[in-house]
Amino acid sequence: MTTTDDGPTTFEVTDLPTDPGPRRPATELPQLSNTPGAPDEVRVRLGVGRNHILSLAGAAAGGLAMGLLLTVALGLIPLGWLFIVSYLWFLLLYTALIHLRQPAPAVRNGLLTVLLSSAGAAVAGTLGLVVMFTFARGQEALFHLNFFTTDMTGAGPLSGLDQGGVLHALVGTLEQIGIALAITIPLGMTTAVFLNEVGGRLARIVRTVVEAMTALPSVVAGLFIYAAVVMAITHQTNGFAASLAITVLMLPIMIRSADVVLRLVPGNLREAGLALGAGQWRVVWHIVLPTVRSGLTTGVILATAHGIGETAPVLLTSGFTGVMNANPFSGPQTPLPLAALDYVRSPVPEVVARGFATAAFLLFVVLVLFIIARIIGGQDAGKQTQGQARRAAAKSRRDLPRIERNHAQLLASLGAAPSDNMQEKP
Amino acid sequence: MSTVMPRSRADEAQDTPRTLHQQLEQQDYLFRTVTRIGGGIVLAIMVLVGLFLAGNGVGAISDVGLGKFLTTQNWAPETNDFGIAAVLWGTVQIATVALAVAMPLALGTALFITEVATGWMQKALTSLIDLLAAVPSVVFGLWGAYMLQPNVVDFSKWLSTWFGWIPFLQVDGVDPGSPLRDTVPFTASAFIAGLVVAMMIVPIQTSIMTESFRRAPTGEREGAYALGATRLGMIRTVVLPFGRGGIIGGTMLGLGRALGETIAIYLIISPVYAINFHVLEKGANSIAAMIALKYSESNESAMSALMAAGLTLFVITMLVNITASAIMARSRSGAESEG
Repeated sequence: MTTTDDGPTTFEVTDLPTDPGPRRPATELPQLSNTPGAPDEVRVRLGVGRNHILSLAGAAAGGLAMGLLLTVALGLIPLGWLFIVSYLWFLLLYTALIHLRQPAPAVRNGLLTVLLSSAGAAVAGTLGLVVMFTFARGQEALFHLNFFTTDMTGAGPLSGLDQGGVLHALVGTLEQIGIALAITIPLGMTTAVFLNEVGGRLARIVRTVVEAMTALPSVVAGLFIYAAVVMAITHQTNGFAASLAITVLMLPIMIRSADVVLRLVPGNLREAGLALGAGQWRVVWHIVLPTVRSGLTTGVILATAHGIGETAPVLLTSGFTGVMNANPFSGPQTPLPLAALDYVRSPVPEVVARGFATAAFLLFVVLVLFIIARIIGGQDAGKQTQGQARRAAAKSRRDLPRIERNHAQLLASLGAAPSDNMQEKP
Repeated sequence: MSTVMPRSRADEAQDTPRTLHQQLEQQDYLFRTVTRIGGGIVLAIMVLVGLFLAGNGVGAISDVGLGKFLTTQNWAPETNDFGIAAVLWGTVQIATVALAVAMPLALGTALFITEVATGWMQKALTSLIDLLAAVPSVVFGLWGAYMLQPNVVDFSKWLSTWFGWIPFLQVDGVDPGSPLRDTVPFTASAFIAGLVVAMMIVPIQTSIMTESFRRAPTGEREGAYALGATRLGMIRTVVLPFGRGGIIGGTMLGLGRALGETIAIYLIISPVYAINFHVLEKGANSIAAMIALKYSESNESAMSALMAAGLTLFVITMLVNITASAIMARSRSGAESEG
């Protein structure tokens, strides 16, 4: 029992032993019995310790101070570099602080943790910057009610923000995405069901082609519709061509997402349905699709969010107009992203402000769609809410008399000894 | 007789497999037909897009000859003098810048999500990444042109002043000693377009890497910790080797997106039709941006020239994506068999 006297046998995950003390042997024998009076062992603590937080805070303060000193106080470096300089000093100070108390592996580990956190913060920060910048530049025009209730008729390029709006673009977007969804949802769902439930050689070919088409650049889809529909058939840009371009892009995305979701349906659910005597169509309609309803809805909403934001294909196909055009089949019909793109290229500040407001509104719509998708997608596949369970139970009760009636008829038709006939012949 | 004797081999040899007789109900038959037709329509649409592109594009390429098409920098379909050398170079240049910025950022974020963040932060960051993927490209383009560009040109200038001796960071026509803040030669460059595209491809790279890192087996993770590894050691020995397929595949999928990105580049660059080796210098181009710029002034022949460019872009992105999915599919099956 000589080894245990040198030091406590503790393991700390965050703080490795600080004071080296007298040299200890490489391995320590475990304590064989509890010596009376020996101090309790310190438990292993996981997670972030106080030391850790303090050194982070200290290094951050030091880094910022150094940055301010070099930029503001001494003026050696332009002010724009404040953040970068402070960050580099922060890294340096933090490394030095860990190095004071801990060995090299802990220093590398701490540095890595800080770098990874910085990457996460940078991405989150960029999203924040993009959203805030768009709304900040757009708020000027967004707070005029006429922005949402009028189109650009009567509003010249020089008229103020209290005239004109993007109602025409809003109508254009709604109609185009509506047509695109009306084509994509039935076709996409049918195809996804075909890939998963029917299968066969054709299904393999379709799956391969659909996967390849997810690589189709959006502008190329627009170019295809422009050449095949606009130049060849309609001879003018219109809303329907734009919705076809969006359809070509959304179709592979929706099939892929529905395909992935349908694969999550447990096979035994399907088999249970078939074993109870339901046909394939009944199993798909009453078991497979309801099981993944939330997943399918999420897929549709996310595809809608992507489709609404598509700019390149509609640039080629929908055409520019500032006037309300509710008919998607004739004449140009500008959707929201294209209106934003068109306005910001103008040299007039008011029109640019309108462009930013349009972009901000578009972003807002995408945000709302995304949040709805998150809420629906939060449910697990096959889990029912209370209301859904109640409705399912009520439906079963309604079905019961019918099943009993059928059963009674079956018994009657089979006569006195049904059990022998029902068995399979050996 | 209550027990059945096992049959002898002689009996079995005479047996033929029982033919399974499956009789579809009428509605099942209808269901299969309808879904098959749906799949057929989708296949027809997709094949039509491909064939149309290929038909028009190949026609235009054969008009000028493949060799000339690949090496000509100018784009003048009216005089039958066009090629994708310059725009293809620009596309690759912008995608390279985007990849160089996005890849470390995505790797760091993915590792942060799976290894460092816990609880609500993990969930919030995952949602945030998905949201970033849904932000319309026109919003990114506006952000890049109006917010990022004015702030980044100083950095571009600094980079070219101090590292101008590296050939591709050099910028012509700028006097480094001049005290004036002349940043115009640094605007509308491939570098700035690449930065914006980088932010657009970070989400897809991150989500694929996150998915592959999550699949690293818990046993090995705990084994590494039990042997005394720090978090860094565990990541290096367990997470990264298991997630290698996801890292490569995610990076390549991001590359595919970067190659096809249009509007953000269109809003930022000032188009040139010559190979520009200087990343920081004003003037760049990409195939997608060129299509968006040129389509409206195109007649029939110019249109098929654009088709040829679109076809090139499509073939490249498809090759990149197929390679990426193949790499990911292979790594996935390996991880499962070991776990």
